[in-house]
Amino acid sequence: MSEDIKLIVNGKRIDGRAFDELRNIRIEAGVLKNADGSCYLEMGRNKIMAAVYGPRKVQPRHLADPVKAIVRYRYNMAPFSVEERKRPGPDRRSVEISKVSREALESIIMTELFPRSSIDIFVEVLQADAGSRTACLNAASVALVDAGIPMRGIITSVAVAKVDGHIVLDPVKEEDNFGEADIPFAFFIRNGKIESIALLQMDGKLTKNELIEAVKLAKKGVMEIYKLQREAIMKKYIVEDVE
Amino acid sequence: MRSIVLPGDLIATNPKVAGHGTYIENGKVYAKFLGLLDKTDTQVRVIPLRGKYIPSAGDVVVGVVKEVTAHGWIVEINSPYEAFLPSTENPEYKPNKKLNEFLEVDDMIIAKIANIDPKMRATLTMKDRICRPIRFGRIVVINPARVPRVIGKKGSMIKLFKNELGVQVVVGQNGLIWLSGDRRKVNVVEEAIYIIEREAHTEGLTDRITEFIKRRKAENE
Repeated sequence: MSEDIKLIVNGKRIDGRAFDELRNIRIEAGVLKNADGSCYLEMGRNKIMAAVYGPRKVQPRHLADPVKAIVRYRYNMAPFSVEERKRPGPDRRSVEISKVSREALESIIMTELFPRSSIDIFVEVLQADAGSRTACLNAASVALVDAGIPMRGIITSVAVAKVDGHIVLDPVKEEDNFGEADIPFAFFIRNGKIESIALLQMDGKLTKNELIEAVKLAKKGVMEIYKLQREAIMKKYIVEDVE
Repeated sequence: MRSIVLPGDLIATNPKVAGHGTYIENGKVYAKFLGLLDKTDTQVRVIPLRGKYIPSAGDVVVGVVKEVTAHGWIVEINSPYEAFLPSTENPEYKPNKKLNEFLEVDDMIIAKIANIDPKMRATLTMKDRICRPIRFGRIVVINPARVPRVIGKKGSMIKLFKNELGVQVVVGQNGLIWLSGDRRKVNVVEEAIYIIEREAHTEGLTDRITEFIKRRKAENE
């Protein structure tokens, strides 16, 4: 199948981007009235809505942890988000994504400050292209900041793929489907510096050197996204100032 | 103008100056949540812009009775945690009488947080001059992070409402505010409180509110 489609032509990718170029990103914070924190994010053709509630009472009560807050993360794809209608509700894939994303965010949220409470994060994929889990993490992270939840830093996430032997940043659907490897990253960023990797998954095969190159590329891309995340939050409060 | 900081922003390198809303790691002080940076020579702190009310001892809160138990009342205080008011802490309580004769479910009270344990179980007391059951007046709900601005510096905003309009205001730290006075004047105060909530992170607020009240008073007369 991959022989039929040329993914890289004249050093440009299928959508005309350079290897280290991100898709267009638009982030808006505080879009939902009833959530404590929320965010709408577009990353290429991905359209994501994230909502954060909490800290609040744990429902059902027996899940409560007496020493720290529990974090719940729900990644859900809308039935209309993909070309072929997706059966609604959680499936194997979205349960897995919810788990790994939750663990990434748990590592930076100061859960020990809120015993016997829960922080609930809901992210809905309204339209999916490749890299929806990374877009969801970026949106969730902005929503958490918007909710005023104490955190050690911010999570920013981006995927890297290997396509026709080249390492490329932020793949689109065609590159993801017909490429050789796809690696989503999430980084813990503090004070504008990358502190650690909070999430790393991989499907496909890479050599050691290619992986090192992928990490470098991801770090570069993530800093750009981090700036956009910051701007989105700042913008919300500066607009209020003008009123 | 104070600058906005995000979680993880480096705000000081001397751990001794770390104040509210900060955390220390490897001798450096970082912001804990979204807020305004307040930096003085002796302290840096982050004033929250958003967030839930977390009870702490000595806070005055306005709450709703959710349940009457054998030993006291369980009170909802607009927070992830509910509070308990033991019968012995209610000065109106007399032994050999049923608890719901004093406070029923859905009654509102002004109380003080007496104690909070590490598991975040809050105990209330009503043995204070400001504490009372609420039987009249109006309750206004705002974002708890904006409460300090409604109180003003050393209660300047509350004094303003009292002196200019004769409306009595009790601000609960949990974002519930009790207003009592002439109905039309209470309307003005309610509007003023919503303005404060909306513009809490801007400066010169007291002056603007004073002006607003004067204008409203002129309109009413």
